[in-house]
Amino acid sequence: MDKMPKWADVILTPLISLVLAMAISALVILAIGESPTEALKTMVDGALGSSYGWGFTLYYTTNFIFTGLAVAVAYHASLFNIGGEGQAMLGGLGVALVALALPWPHWGIALPAAMIGAALFGALWALIPAWLQAKRGSHIVITTIMFNFIAAALLNYVLVNILRPVGSMDPASARFPEGAHLPSLADMAAGLGIEWGKNTPVNITFFIAMLACVLVWLLIWRTRLGYEIRAFGRSEPAARYAGINPVRIIVITMLISGALAGLMAINNVMGEAERLVLNAVEGAGFIGIAVALMGRNHPFGVFLAALLFGFLYQGGGELALWTSIPRELIVVIQALVILFTGALDNMVRMPLERIFLSMRKLGNG
Amino acid sequence: MDFPTIIQILDSAVRLMTPLLLACLAGLYSERSGVFDIGLEGKMLMAAFTSASIAFVTGSPWLGLLAGIGGAMLLSLIHGLASITFRGNQLISGVAINFLASGMTVLLGIKIFGLGGRTPALTGGGRFGEITLPFAETLRDVPLLGPIYADLISGHTILVYVAFLCVPLTWWVLFRTRFGLRLRAVGENPASVDTAGVSVTRLRFVAVIIAGVLCGLAGAYLATGLSAGFVKEMTAGRGFIALAALIFAKWRPVSALGATFLFGLLEAIANRYPNLDLGVITIPSMFMNALPYILTVIILAGFVGRAIPPRAGGEPYVKER
Amino acid sequence: MAAAAKQGGRPETAAPYAIELKRISKSFGPVQANKDIDLRVPRGTIHGIIGENGAGKSTLMSILYGFYKPDAGQILIDGQPITIADSQTAIRAGIGMVFQHFKLVQNFTVLENIILGAEDGALLRPSLSKARDVLKQLAQEYQLNVDPDETIDELSVGHQQRVEILKALYRQADILILDEPTGVLTPAEADHLFRILEGLKAEGKTIILITHKLREIMDITDNVSVMRRGQMVASVKTAETSPEELAELMVGRKVILNVEKAPAAPQAPVLEVRDLKLVDDEGVERLRGIGFDIRAGEILGIAGVSGNGQTQLLELLGGYPEKGATVSGSIRMNGQELDLTGTRSDARTRRERGIGHVPEDRQVEGLIMDFAAWENVAFGYHDQPEYQGGLLMDNARIKADAEKYFEDFDVRPRNTHLAARNFSGGNQQKIVVAREIERNPDLLLIGQPTRGVDIGAIEFIHRRIVELRDAGKAVLLVSVELDEILALSDRIAVMFDGRIMGERLPAETTTGELGLLMAGVTDTENHPASDGIPPEQNHVEDLPKEPR
Repeated sequence: MDKMPKWADVILTPLISLVLAMAISALVILAIGESPTEALKTMVDGALGSSYGWGFTLYYTTNFIFTGLAVAVAYHASLFNIGGEGQAMLGGLGVALVALALPWPHWGIALPAAMIGAALFGALWALIPAWLQAKRGSHIVITTIMFNFIAAALLNYVLVNILRPVGSMDPASARFPEGAHLPSLADMAAGLGIEWGKNTPVNITFFIAMLACVLVWLLIWRTRLGYEIRAFGRSEPAARYAGINPVRIIVITMLISGALAGLMAINNVMGEAERLVLNAVEGAGFIGIAVALMGRNHPFGVFLAALLFGFLYQGGGELALWTSIPRELIVVIQALVILFTGALDNMVRMPLERIFLSMRKLGNG
Repeated sequence: MDFPTIIQILDSAVRLMTPLLLACLAGLYSERSGVFDIGLEGKMLMAAFTSASIAFVTGSPWLGLLAGIGGAMLLSLIHGLASITFRGNQLISGVAINFLASGMTVLLGIKIFGLGGRTPALTGGGRFGEITLPFAETLRDVPLLGPIYADLISGHTILVYVAFLCVPLTWWVLFRTRFGLRLRAVGENPASVDTAGVSVTRLRFVAVIIAGVLCGLAGAYLATGLSAGFVKEMTAGRGFIALAALIFAKWRPVSALGATFLFGLLEAIANRYPNLDLGVITIPSMFMNALPYILTVIILAGFVGRAIPPRAGGEPYVKER
Repeated sequence: MAAAAKQGGRPETAAPYAIELKRISKSFGPVQANKDIDLRVPRGTIHGIIGENGAGKSTLMSILYGFYKPDAGQILIDGQPITIADSQTAIRAGIGMVFQHFKLVQNFTVLENIILGAEDGALLRPSLSKARDVLKQLAQEYQLNVDPDETIDELSVGHQQRVEILKALYRQADILILDEPTGVLTPAEADHLFRILEGLKAEGKTIILITHKLREIMDITDNVSVMRRGQMVASVKTAETSPEELAELMVGRKVILNVEKAPAAPQAPVLEVRDLKLVDDEGVERLRGIGFDIRAGEILGIAGVSGNGQTQLLELLGGYPEKGATVSGSIRMNGQELDLTGTRSDARTRRERGIGHVPEDRQVEGLIMDFAAWENVAFGYHDQPEYQGGLLMDNARIKADAEKYFEDFDVRPRNTHLAARNFSGGNQQKIVVAREIERNPDLLLIGQPTRGVDIGAIEFIHRRIVELRDAGKAVLLVSVELDEILALSDRIAVMFDGRIMGERLPAETTTGELGLLMAGVTDTENHPASDGIPPEQNHVEDLPKEPR
């Protein structure tokens, strides 16, 4: 029999991990002489207390949904895609090239084109590590790490030497044409006569991210490809026995994963900055790891975890603004969440399993 | 390029390769024991911070060094706890450790020194001084060998020499001692060690702790030898370059020396010639910076000599029934 | 006696038993692996412990070797009570263990493996030279020759096992435990092993032999203990028992391995295999020109010691030879040539051609253990048109099929939503067999159909295999259990070292004759058991012939 009920595995263990991470973070805050409750209050007020705060929280959430889904999809095939950062960088390049290529008449046309650019570049950046893993057995974790650095160097080169407008000192592209500007949620709300989230970066991409969650769910649990991805992820010999081609699965899964990471650029590059800057991704690719782990690689879990990290990110910014707690606290929390949900999983799980086992024994006799 | 320039570049390469070499050897001990370590970067960063802080407060680079080792070791123990004791995912643990270091160093730095994440600059006695080897000045005028001895070999901090000595030492430990035999065995087939009555857990913890010590040295060198103090994210991917060098060296100590020298040289050249003009083409510094990663991917792809990691690497040891 | 083995410093006590176990119990969660085990092993004897898979033999030995702590009970070595907390204690108490899966470091030399954990000091050099001397002595004394400077991955399996025995002797073991030592050996290698064991016994060593092979027990042991379901059900002198009695004790009732079946009525050939060769990615020839036919309505049994190419044959026919292997030859299915390479050589295509496959290892290949049973019912057939509903899969249809299979094959518990890992071995196997048989394949490949399966399920699975044959289908049965082969097959082919050594009709052969074929000794007089097959090249293998 399973050692504990499914709900405990899916909900209880990540929650306990989160509580542990939060508790340690509280200790860190105490240690630097600040009040954890005050800090939490500042964060909640700043991130969730106003439509302005929500506007930022949801903007970050959108980023993290994409990178979280990217990690989650790969994880189902037992591939640890640590290269979301680089894939999102390249996705940004794809968006910039599309946006700057034409004087777009309307965002409704620019958006699908930019999405294709983002997904294509992100996917291509995942393709080489995928192919090397599938064909040459090169460890995908190491190659994707290497590709993050190569992406940074490549982007740096392209921005400095190719995309930088004449006379500009900034390693950044020109501003995107007016017709490639995405409507923000504030604009859309205003269209409905509601005043919400003025001057916040959250934009139409948020809905695309939610749609992506649904599509990924369908892909993983309702399609033949998803069935094959999950089967391959659980056992490669079994997959071969069943006629599933490992090379095909590795490559396709990583293409999907890379495309999802790349699509993040719609939000931050096209939706927010409206030009390509050097450090556009800002570590969102890595936060995707925490989000996927926390969300148990399920799209709904990823959505919730992305929301949590969106809150942490916006709240962290507020902390730095209003208290003397630096925003790097968020990096610490992120690290602890990864540590507890990913690496110290057994530390949380084993006592829980024991409790459930003894409860069952009591129940039985 | 004239001779003094070559000496200068090589000298710079030696300085730049030192942290890579120490971190690479750290990874070697850990991974040879079967524990993957992508947290070299974080451990080095933490060590750089703790060593710079203590060196600033006490004015002693030696106490700083101890603090650096302590800082890196703390993270090593977390890695050991996650990947050995609780049989967690070693890669995820490594990722977590990198972020933990990245966040904690700045958090503490801002709180303690209030300089936006930097430590105050170390002056004079707070840093490791450069050691002039005997007769360096007298021999300087000997053609060819003189400058090599005086400018290239002499004039580094103690940690540079320690790093270079660690190479033969590691080779000797690995291939000539009981500990080395067991270490290599536990990374290849932990069951062989376990059934021989030797504790897999203990061996791996020792390896992970040695990795902590070496990362401590690497970080301390960065902050108190190469530079004068800690700067936010000052490792700048060196931990990953060290990891790349480890793969490049196929987990062998002497090759690690070669690989880290190559990568140190690339960095030295990129620093000196932001746009390297080779007559036909101009190589941008970004390319030079990315070259270690590109080379490693090529090695990993197995097109030039295959890199086979220790067989039990990355797998937590579970006793069979 | 070897010098190394003499200096143990253990007192030569008068206690008659080298090992005495009193009421040892051990459970893993709800599973009681050992219950009140009593065992006495007299010094200087070979003691067999026999039992089915999962009877608790290995757990008991792991307790003796300090891998597990018993929940209750007492262990006495040479009459002295001892607590074996870890392997180190066991080694110090003079216990040596040769595991079923060797615990050797593949890229170390023999010498390095020998001294690992038994080094004499912090530096290696003295230990290595001492080990070299001791090894020389042991080699002479017990016919345990191995090159000390060879690395393990260069050695044959039989030699690797010798290294394991040498490891134990180097640690001055007085009590040697061997867990299923012959499973991976050819009969010749097994004979050699037994001679080594006799030699050790003559030197006063105590040997415990764990096996499920009755013949070995009868041949070599002085006493035998039988385990069943975690309990010790009998301990007898080997001379005073018979294989029949032991078999009965093992399973708890008389085994009827005589499957009731009508004579076969073979029709046209379904599968025609010619000159099939396979070289694995390390350059080892695994299949060296296999040829046979299977006709509709017959079961061809392939007998042989495991590791002689049966696995490679099944995988190749099933469409998934191991990565990097090069294959040649020809396979015809219902008269149509099958691709051996390229995209049309995969398992999916094989299923389309009417080949069902119950793989040898259901947990690693046949099932996804974390998937629900109903999902596993579609495994391998998940791309069949009837399971598709537009872009998505028709899960309702799969679930309906799962319910039907569970009913037909009496899978318990009758809950298709449980993960595969929550079923017993027998029920897991029923799920796999159901999936493959219910598709009504023209040819069923079935490997080790009853490995780790309880008696009730064995009979059920055997009956379904025969029913499939009676429905006019072809069956290729691979099993290392000779009794199973004899009971089910209409024809028997014996594999050795990647070749088919000969074919026999079950009624016209004996286990002795099959045993010779399994050992690589071929026909001197050819008995063609089937027609239409090119004669195999028959020649006597160059086996090391050692004096008995």
